[in-house]
Amino acid sequence: MNMSVIWPLIVFLVLIFFVGIYASKHVQSSSSFIQEYFLGSRELGGFILAMTMAATYGSASSFLSGPGAAYHYGLAWVLLAMSQVATGYFVLMILGKKFAIMARQYKAVTLVDFLFARYKNQLVVILAALSIIIFLFSAMVAQWIGGARLVESLTGLSYTTALIIFASSVLIYVVIGGFRAVAITDMVQGLIMVAGTVILFVAALKAGGGMENIMMKLGEENPNLLSPYGNDRSLTSLYVSSFWILVGVGVVGLPQVAVRAMSYKNAKAMHRALVIGTIVVGVIMLGMHLIGVMARAIIPGITIGDKVMPELAMTIMPDWLAGIVLAAPMAAIMSTVDSLLLLVSSAVVKDLYLHFINKKAEEQKVKKLSFIVTTIVGIVVFIVALQPPDLIIWLNLFSFGGLEAVFIWPVVLGLYWQQANGPGAASSMVIGMVSYILLNTFYPNAFGMHTVVLPILLSLITFVAVSLLSGRQNWKQA
Amino acid sequence: MNKKVQEDPRFKIAKKEAWIGILLVVFNFIWWYGFAYGLGSGPPENYTFIFGLPAWFFYSCVVGLIVMILLVFLTVKFFFKEVPFDEEGEER
Repeated sequence: MNMSVIWPLIVFLVLIFFVGIYASKHVQSSSSFIQEYFLGSRELGGFILAMTMAATYGSASSFLSGPGAAYHYGLAWVLLAMSQVATGYFVLMILGKKFAIMARQYKAVTLVDFLFARYKNQLVVILAALSIIIFLFSAMVAQWIGGARLVESLTGLSYTTALIIFASSVLIYVVIGGFRAVAITDMVQGLIMVAGTVILFVAALKAGGGMENIMMKLGEENPNLLSPYGNDRSLTSLYVSSFWILVGVGVVGLPQVAVRAMSYKNAKAMHRALVIGTIVVGVIMLGMHLIGVMARAIIPGITIGDKVMPELAMTIMPDWLAGIVLAAPMAAIMSTVDSLLLLVSSAVVKDLYLHFINKKAEEQKVKKLSFIVTTIVGIVVFIVALQPPDLIIWLNLFSFGGLEAVFIWPVVLGLYWQQANGPGAASSMVIGMVSYILLNTFYPNAFGMHTVVLPILLSLITFVAVSLLSGRQNWKQA
Repeated sequence: MNKKVQEDPRFKIAKKEAWIGILLVVFNFIWWYGFAYGLGSGPPENYTFIFGLPAWFFYSCVVGLIVMILLVFLTVKFFFKEVPFDEEGEER
């Protein structure tokens, strides 16, 4: 493999390593280790907040499998992907200032802290922490596999070596730098993602001889590629619209995204992040997926979706530029796994150990434990990713929609509905997850909508019904 | 900690802003859906093209994104209020 493709990746990894070292100084000097390590002391400014939310959300699917699907279905898949623009503003607006203020009042560091302070219910804590650990662990494994495969295909190294490179670079900066390192590297990674998208788009436009030319070529091949129904007219408007629940509004319920909504400094940061986040998510989603469609006219005949984007970059660009562009999917994967790694670690340390086992652990002990747990989680993910068991692959299917069905109502109704209570939250979490798994197994895409729709509805009904029935506990607004 | 009898005025603002978020997402969806399936449901042979893209796609996805960015910018500028997050005397 050509070294000039690899150099930009090496520069990228070194850069990120230094961010980790920089952030670790804050970890060492901070007055509250837990607050700093897991939440960056709530000091994020608007730009970093927007970037870390967008980058955490944008993962392998935005850069590899998403464009691959667009390559297959045509413009209809870009239309579908555009439902994600909503995440750029919706999450922050809904959780908004109330979440930030309440999290501060509760001194909550994790999403689970918040849920416990709000519901005072141990079952909610256990359910929440376990779903985070189990499902995000599986999601992490899947993303690491994606990252290692990418390194493998770019460098020609073996899968194991590629995994070692990928794993060690993520582990180092997350373990030593904590949330601040994750957020700052997310910012760098987010910038690379945007730049990569723009560069590749321009190059593809040029290689295809202009948009008109590209679209004409696609229309000649199969006019349905240009329709909102997909290449075989199989994508109904109802099905495509139902993605607004999965990747649009439902994202409010993703713990890795929600926890960021308690990490910012002030209202001004939130306001800036709303605008920047919408721009960044919009540009990446529109750009990358449209590129996937355009690639069909430029390099036809690719059958493996994940290869569309790397192949395109290496075909139409000089090697060094392809290297820069291909750092983008790498950045997307890294910026997702780093957040997941820290979140799983915080669930173990803060939500399980500090909450149930040792409430009064000393600062030094917590510090040591946090480093150790983060490292161990990382190493376990690495080992599992070497030879992923079917169980993990199966669990990963539920890590996105399933987590949304578990968390969306406990968080949103907890904020805005006074009568929401512990039994309601706990039962809706169980119903959300169980119904998601059952529906996905026995009746996927029920009624022509994405599987996630019904579980979110069912968990809402359960939440409201159980909260009302289990009596009017006199929870007054804190 | 004293329980406040009255609702924290900051929460009123937060509630209003959450509603704005819902209105925006509803508008976003209608725009996206209306142009995509309003202009795109006919046979592809009859499409008109703008900047090389089918008109339904251009309006729904490209213009739609620009409109949403503008709307978010304007609502934040004119309707969102800055409030302090910290209680007095509370440690961070």
